[in-house]
Amino acid sequence: MSAIDKVNKDYRYSAEHEWVDSASPAKIGLSQIAVDALGDVVYVDLPEAGATVTAGEVCGEVESTKSVSEIYSPVTGTVAEVNDAVIDDPALLNSDPYGAAWLFSVEVDSEGDLLSPEEYAAAQDQE
Amino acid sequence: MSAPNNSKPTALSSVHERLGASFTDFGGWWMPLRYGSDVAEHLAVRQAAGIFDLSHMGEVLVTGPEAAAFLDYALVGRLSAVEVGRAKYSLLCNEQGGVIDDLIIYRLGQDEFLVVPNAANTPAALAALEGRTGTPDGHTFDVTISDRTEATALIAVQGPASEAILLEVVTADSVEAVKALRYYAIVDVVVETGDGELPVKLARTGYTGEDGFEIYVDAEADPEAPQRLWTLLESAGQSYGLVPCGLASRDSLRLEAGMPLHGHELSESIDPFSAGLGPVVALKSKVSFVGRDALAAIKESGPQRKLVGLANDTKRAARPGYAVLHDGDTVGEVTSGAPSPTLGHAIALAFVRPDLAEVGTELQVDLRGKPTPFTVVALPFYKRER
Repeated sequence: MSAIDKVNKDYRYSAEHEWVDSASPAKIGLSQIAVDALGDVVYVDLPEAGATVTAGEVCGEVESTKSVSEIYSPVTGTVAEVNDAVIDDPALLNSDPYGAAWLFSVEVDSEGDLLSPEEYAAAQDQE
Repeated sequence: MSAPNNSKPTALSSVHERLGASFTDFGGWWMPLRYGSDVAEHLAVRQAAGIFDLSHMGEVLVTGPEAAAFLDYALVGRLSAVEVGRAKYSLLCNEQGGVIDDLIIYRLGQDEFLVVPNAANTPAALAALEGRTGTPDGHTFDVTISDRTEATALIAVQGPASEAILLEVVTADSVEAVKALRYYAIVDVVVETGDGELPVKLARTGYTGEDGFEIYVDAEADPEAPQRLWTLLESAGQSYGLVPCGLASRDSLRLEAGMPLHGHELSESIDPFSAGLGPVVALKSKVSFVGRDALAAIKESGPQRKLVGLANDTKRAARPGYAVLHDGDTVGEVTSGAPSPTLGHAIALAFVRPDLAEVGTELQVDLRGKPTPFTVVALPFYKRER
């Protein structure tokens, strides 16, 4: 399976595998490529509502049976809402990374370097 | 995704691809990491059964009139005391007492042993064995060492339903041999593949903490045999809940069972006494073997660190390399860690200062800058009910 098959075409992506939707506030999540590399997710640590996040900086952690990786905010702004469902049931990330497993939403002040689905997928295929 | 040029496929790679596996390079081999959920694969082995491709493991045949005497000299255990048809866990140590590899040795005949090193260590283990066929006092052992790794496929079936599944696939003549096979024993049995009879070596060994089998198949004699056997076991196991399992679940299973993994709990700079494997070293019953002097000295002075189990009631795992803390001081290092799928909380193996190794000792692990409480607990973390 090539990377493009694992990319949701409606979103844009950071090089660190976060997706951003086009709503306001914008929802942030993790790509299926990132989730597949992690394996079964068992723990998610997210910023709290009202917190300030900065594009390109670490704002949380996602931990699986095999590894742990940091969540980088793809945008700068203020956290509007945190998805409690994914904190309660981190396995949602494995089953529905582009839907039910959104992580948090942000009132965006500015965006970091975001890639189109095609650009993001192409970067993954090169690896 | 195809195998990188420097990763070897096994005889079963196309089967794993058909099953949709995620692959990883492990010890130079292109191995299935997981097929779907590694937690589900782990739990299937605890509750029913799992099937693993372990063809990356090394297979080294040691034969000849002095095979047993040679292994007594080359390894820390007393292999000459092992009965034909039985197996022993042992270590290949360097002159300083560090562990080059940990291995399973099966005695196939009076003068024939099958030595199984770890995949990544097979070249080093082979080189060390070949380098030990002559002793410093001029004796040359009458042995032949042959590397059968590429010629051998290894399939494991692990879990409480393993025996029932094996009984479904062997010929009527082999049924009693399967039932009578004891833990750490090996026997020749014949599998009825539906496409003819397939002779295999069946061992009751494993790396999961469950009852289970490891099946050695000659892939040189019949390159299709491993795939036929896998497919047969998969379909025979279906009604028992058998699932294909990758290396991710293999690692979490062995960790729960408190079993060391070379490169983590064992290495050329870790001695057996530190790793809790002192009883494996036959200092009393053997006069001469490689590493003996260094190992005797370490036993005499006591190890500088001890391997312990750590646990807490969170799911925040301590990972290899994380510092173990006590009163703000670094007192050790984590070697393996994961959220335990069976127990539902974090478990880890770590080397700590010997005075802090008592069960019940309260320590902390630096989880990426957050000192987090862990308690020293008895090993293994998980023990099956018998």
